Amino acid sequence: MADDSFDAIVVGAGPAGCSCAYTLAKEGKSVLLLERGNSAGAKNVSGGRLYTYALEMVEPGMYQRAPLQRKIVREQIMMLGSNTAMTVDYADYGFGENVPQSYSVVRASLDEWFASECESQGAMVASAQLVDDLVVEDGKIVGIKCGEDEMRANIVVAADGVNSLLGQKAGLFPDTKGHAVGVGVKETIELPDEVISQRFALKEDEGTARVAIGCTDGISGGAFMYTNKGSISLGIVFNPEQAAKNGRHIQEIFQEFKMHPAIQALIDGGTSIEYGGHLVPEMGYHGIPKKLHREGMLVVGDAAQFGINTGLIIRGMDLAIVSGLAAAKAILAAKTSTEVGPLYMQQLEELGLLNNMKAYSEFHNILGITRIFKEYPALANQIMHFMFTVDGKVPPPMLKQILQIVKNNVSWGQIASDGWKAYRSI
Amino acid sequence: MSIKRLSPEDALALNRFDVDEGNPHIIVDKAICAKCTARPCLYVCPARLYRIKDGQMTFEFAGCLECGTCRVTCTDGGVTSWKYPRASFGVTFRTS
Repeated sequence: MADDSFDAIVVGAGPAGCSCAYTLAKEGKSVLLLERGNSAGAKNVSGGRLYTYALEMVEPGMYQRAPLQRKIVREQIMMLGSNTAMTVDYADYGFGENVPQSYSVVRASLDEWFASECESQGAMVASAQLVDDLVVEDGKIVGIKCGEDEMRANIVVAADGVNSLLGQKAGLFPDTKGHAVGVGVKETIELPDEVISQRFALKEDEGTARVAIGCTDGISGGAFMYTNKGSISLGIVFNPEQAAKNGRHIQEIFQEFKMHPAIQALIDGGTSIEYGGHLVPEMGYHGIPKKLHREGMLVVGDAAQFGINTGLIIRGMDLAIVSGLAAAKAILAAKTSTEVGPLYMQQLEELGLLNNMKAYSEFHNILGITRIFKEYPALANQIMHFMFTVDGKVPPPMLKQILQIVKNNVSWGQIASDGWKAYRSI
Repeated sequence: MSIKRLSPEDALALNRFDVDEGNPHIIVDKAICAKCTARPCLYVCPARLYRIKDGQMTFEFAGCLECGTCRVTCTDGGVTSWKYPRASFGVTFRTS
């Protein structure tokens, strides 16, 4: 860098930052990609599934080079009772064909790989660099500060994650609030690969993704489980405000879930090798800040609160990658620095990100139906228990008993109001 | 080792932490916490670093997972400053 200035400085080497840096570097731009962890991925936690289409948008075939774990062909929904569990298992081998739809991923290897791809395109990647502040001149962001060092660029891309201290420093949005996020906790559990394949009925490259409800002590939220190569990612995402009111520690509720007989059986004999915690944007489309850019700066990925949670589908990394790509395209197309921001918003539309989020815009309201997290899973399990119980006694009439079980858990009025709320949300 | 219930300490011991001794990245004002009745931090910190000892709020930054939950849920402003640890310090995940 002759004049010590870059075309772009990207802060954060997660999927959003890497997708942006990769695309820019590939087009010959001088890019500095900064990561606060000792290597890319070292500070990152996610549940662990990446929808492949996003990498395909960056570059067709790129996913084949990525250190992906298992291609997901089994989608499972689990409802837990205290000593019971009911699981819907949907196997779709079509999801694994051609370009497989999604893969389980481990961030330490995924992000490190993605950053190395940026490097091979000519981006300068610097790890263990914490960006402390922005450099502003005449109302325009012109660079960043790492301790005493000042680095300049035509544009700064804030890919600094869900807490986005940079977006806040730039005055684009206020700090996130407790009601707008979920707090996730996760253990990674090592198990021999063959054992994982056998327990989940998978071929060696196939994987399972599972979501579970009824395991959060009534708090809005749910659990997830992903099979990786040689490990399982197991975690729960909670609404932190409800968790606080509930008065029980989330780490303790998670441990209870882990030791539930129906979960424990799947991880038995394994070794816990890591424990992580992370915030997840939960408000979907309504959670996106009104301003994602100002002159000299764009905000991408989790920092822009891009996320979709339908209860069954949890998306963050794919949206991060698409937004990083949108930012890169805007930077490449812009002729003046004032054009970049509006072009970025236009790219978010054109690449389908905003419309994807709009399609699920009211889904976060489902999280407000608190009975989904306790009463309904309990009800489903009690009905199963009744229907499968054979003990020689004369059973009560089936329909009457089922109605009784329903009544024991929820009132008809509650069912009607929850049903209406759910209908309005989807 | 087989699967067992882990205490917060056991869970954190699985991770690597490079502690920036004497230089906490989160500052907690215990005088504010003393008047706070909600105290969400006691329940929502995944690392359980906020605890009441002898009737007083205590906070230990060493095992922080850098998630931000304490900051976004703090009701009375006791978390007066929240930053990431200085470069090369804090938690390092090998998988996640």
